[in-house]
Amino acid sequence: MLIFDRSQPGRVNAAQMPPAMDLPSDIPEALLRRQPLVLPEVSELQAVRHYTRLSQRNFSIDTHFYPLGSCTMKYNPRASNALAMLPGFLNRHPLAPESTGQGFLACLFELQEILKDVTGMRGVSLTPMAGAQGEFAGVAMIRAYHKARGDEARDEILIPKAAHGTNPATAAMCGYRVHEIDVKPDGDIDLAALDAAIGPRTAGLMLTNPSTLGVFDRHILDIAQRVHKAGGLLYYDGANLNAILGQVKPGDMGFDVIHLNLHKTFSTPHGGGGPGAGPVGVSERLLPFLPVPIVGESRGHYYWITEKTRPQSIGRLSTFMGNAGVLLRAYVYARLIGREGMPRIAQYAVLNANYLLRKLAALGFEPAYKGRRATHEFLLTLKNLKDTTSVTAMDVAKRLLDKGYHAPTVYFPLMVPECFLIEPTETEGLDELDGFIAAMAEILLEARTSPDVLKGAPHTLPVRRLDEVRAARELNLTWTPPHKTHS
Amino acid sequence: MPFIPHTPADTAAMLEAIGARSVDELFDEIPEALRCGPLTHVPSALTEQQISRLMQERATADGTFLNFIGAGAYEHHIPAAVWEIATRGEFYTAYTPYQAEASQGTLQLLYEFQTMIASLTGMDVSNASLYDGSSALAEAVLMAVRLHGNSRRVLMPETVHPLYRQVVEAIVTAQSIVLETVPAGEDGRTDMDALRKQLPGAAALVIPQPNFFGCLEDAPEMVQLAQEAQALTIGLVNPIACALLAPPGEWGPGCDIAVGEGQSLGAPLSSGGPYFGFMACKRPHVRQMPGRIVGRTVDAEGRDAFTLTLQAREQHIRRSKATSNICTNQGLLVTAATIHMALLGPAGLRQVALASHAHTKRLVARLTAIAGIRLAYPNTPFFHEAVLRIDAPVPDVLRALEAQGILGGYALSEAFAALADGLLVCATETKTEADIERYAEQLERIVSKRRMEPPCAYKDNNQRSL
Repeated sequence: MLIFDRSQPGRVNAAQMPPAMDLPSDIPEALLRRQPLVLPEVSELQAVRHYTRLSQRNFSIDTHFYPLGSCTMKYNPRASNALAMLPGFLNRHPLAPESTGQGFLACLFELQEILKDVTGMRGVSLTPMAGAQGEFAGVAMIRAYHKARGDEARDEILIPKAAHGTNPATAAMCGYRVHEIDVKPDGDIDLAALDAAIGPRTAGLMLTNPSTLGVFDRHILDIAQRVHKAGGLLYYDGANLNAILGQVKPGDMGFDVIHLNLHKTFSTPHGGGGPGAGPVGVSERLLPFLPVPIVGESRGHYYWITEKTRPQSIGRLSTFMGNAGVLLRAYVYARLIGREGMPRIAQYAVLNANYLLRKLAALGFEPAYKGRRATHEFLLTLKNLKDTTSVTAMDVAKRLLDKGYHAPTVYFPLMVPECFLIEPTETEGLDELDGFIAAMAEILLEARTSPDVLKGAPHTLPVRRLDEVRAARELNLTWTPPHKTHS
Repeated sequence: MPFIPHTPADTAAMLEAIGARSVDELFDEIPEALRCGPLTHVPSALTEQQISRLMQERATADGTFLNFIGAGAYEHHIPAAVWEIATRGEFYTAYTPYQAEASQGTLQLLYEFQTMIASLTGMDVSNASLYDGSSALAEAVLMAVRLHGNSRRVLMPETVHPLYRQVVEAIVTAQSIVLETVPAGEDGRTDMDALRKQLPGAAALVIPQPNFFGCLEDAPEMVQLAQEAQALTIGLVNPIACALLAPPGEWGPGCDIAVGEGQSLGAPLSSGGPYFGFMACKRPHVRQMPGRIVGRTVDAEGRDAFTLTLQAREQHIRRSKATSNICTNQGLLVTAATIHMALLGPAGLRQVALASHAHTKRLVARLTAIAGIRLAYPNTPFFHEAVLRIDAPVPDVLRALEAQGILGGYALSEAFAALADGLLVCATETKTEADIERYAEQLERIVSKRRMEPPCAYKDNNQRSL
């Protein structure tokens, strides 16, 4: 039932209303609204109950194990939320003077320093509002760098086939042609293919390491050397930083520019699809191009660094200071984890993934890259299962929902058939992992004995499988009052 | 170990199952030379009590002020229930709703949100939100250029928020789109003669309503002119204003795309974010719209259900040919906004708009009664912001007000050379008569004191803008 179905004309929520007023005489009638506003007319209790009940129709980290590959669904500490929502931070206007935001700016400045350390970069800007915007900032800086050197023939970005879809989409948004590079059967980049593609038109290479195949590319130093030799820059997609946090710094691998997903590695909430935060870090030569504003510090006074002192900056990507409240949450998290805790995150994320990989392989699930270590995640291919039982990766995913586990990432990367990308994260304990393994074992048995149960899954959720084709063909994107036809 | 549940026995058992001697061995595919030593700039861990103390001290040090700054972020009352519910773990810690069956709560809420935004803007369809107002405007410009097909020149009035213009510039110029400024006239609105000359051959026109100065543009006429020149129109609106003012769908023949900053709908100021951008459009344009879109459908048993749809536009399917690289919306903020709109209802939202307008009128009347202060555009109607011209150095006045606990407005000198004495002020429904009186009394004292005894010059090292 929609909130609109609970609406009754004339019902008002008086506690939330400023006093009624007449229409103003100083606004011309032609500029006033004519159509009625379609908002629900419900009591406060009705609204609270409706949205509380809706929330109960979600899986979430707080309620379920959520081994979604490349998404790092780890516990989001409550303290991060509570402290980012202190009234002093919450009520501060973004254009209020620096003098009224020294506490806020101190947190951001220290977060910049922490991120510089864990990534091995020389400068960090916190403004990008999501990973994809961080990617945009990174590639825009690569573009600005070549342009500043008068090196404008470089019009291509190289991207491994396994990359997240945002990589090629970002390169295109920055005006680049995309050249995809093959990956070898062992999961590492095909260096011969790289050599064939690289040249004077190469602006840069975008790489995730560990890759979205769940393996660490062992030839990263070779790759970096080749890209740099050709005059290109190396871009690090930090989606998988959780695997190497405090163990390996992207700067040491040779990367010139990176973005991080604070909603992954630094445990800020995913919020049902945002807000994220995608800070960017750069090596020395890209410092002038960082997006603004950045927080500077001088003798204990914090201030905004803007385009005035960074004339070569790629500019602004958000109206004010990105997703400031998300940055505060990441800061709190970083302080709770601390220096000693950072490398432990990678250790236990990797331990959990390797344990799951070993146990699932023993059950008969096929690793996509046999003989390789798992990083913080690993890839299974369910192609054999499909060939022998006609049960697909999607069927297994949906059946997992029935058993109280969120499904892993399915059908990504696109190049591996019937794949399952599984990332347990470090915040899950042995009991939870064993529960998941047991569920997978049950499903494997069901696939052989009663495949129809899987094909019809989920059975226990508020809805069964959806008619996606109908959703796209008979577009219904808004509710309209019953007497009208929907749009 | 914070947030890591493993006991030593667990770890040992897991290593044994894996067949590894140590956790470190699991990193043996990484070249040894790449392993870093201890971190140097990350402080040692704090307990929750210690970090709470630190954050409370910092938040308190930042103080509380009586705020009259608007300029793109507005202080409104947010019902207590909004964030109580939005931060429930089931909303707060859920991922993007790819697994529809396990995400019906978020998906239905997004469908309700789309309905509310479509109605508010007077458009046919809405997406599930973008990052913020300015980046939404950039996406709208890209979308309009794709829809137009023949031109890459987009008209951007000078009356659009200067920070928005900067963001759009940073995002769209890589795709060789040219942004052409349409000058503002003497009345604080877009110069219509200049607009007429610039329109032929343009792909699109951005129409801010109210504009950055708080002034109401002749939006219907602008849409009419643009349509005659076969340019698309992008309405840039404040969602609260849409409850009172004609929304983009009602401007003349109706805008093609409507975008705006959603912060006023339940998001606290929070030093600039997270907020959310909204985007709505005419139905035929929907396949060029970027971002997540939720559709209503049925499940295998014919029950009502909701799912992400039209995903063929998106980066995870189309990669370099996607409509945008955007991969999320601002889910949590949209959750808050939907609950906020449901709690206020049509009458509540309209009364917030009316009160904000009335309070700003009262503020302007009271402040312009002070000698040396006048309204910059006295004959132009405004919504809930207005430009004052002050017969005293604006930064000094603002600093003196700050010392009294008042943030007096946004100085326009930095972005507008012709408005060196300009101050943009805003009073929403949150400002009482007493608040306005307090501001006026202090301002009167400061301005008159300055007239009598001008101070010696000193360095302004307290920057007021980002």
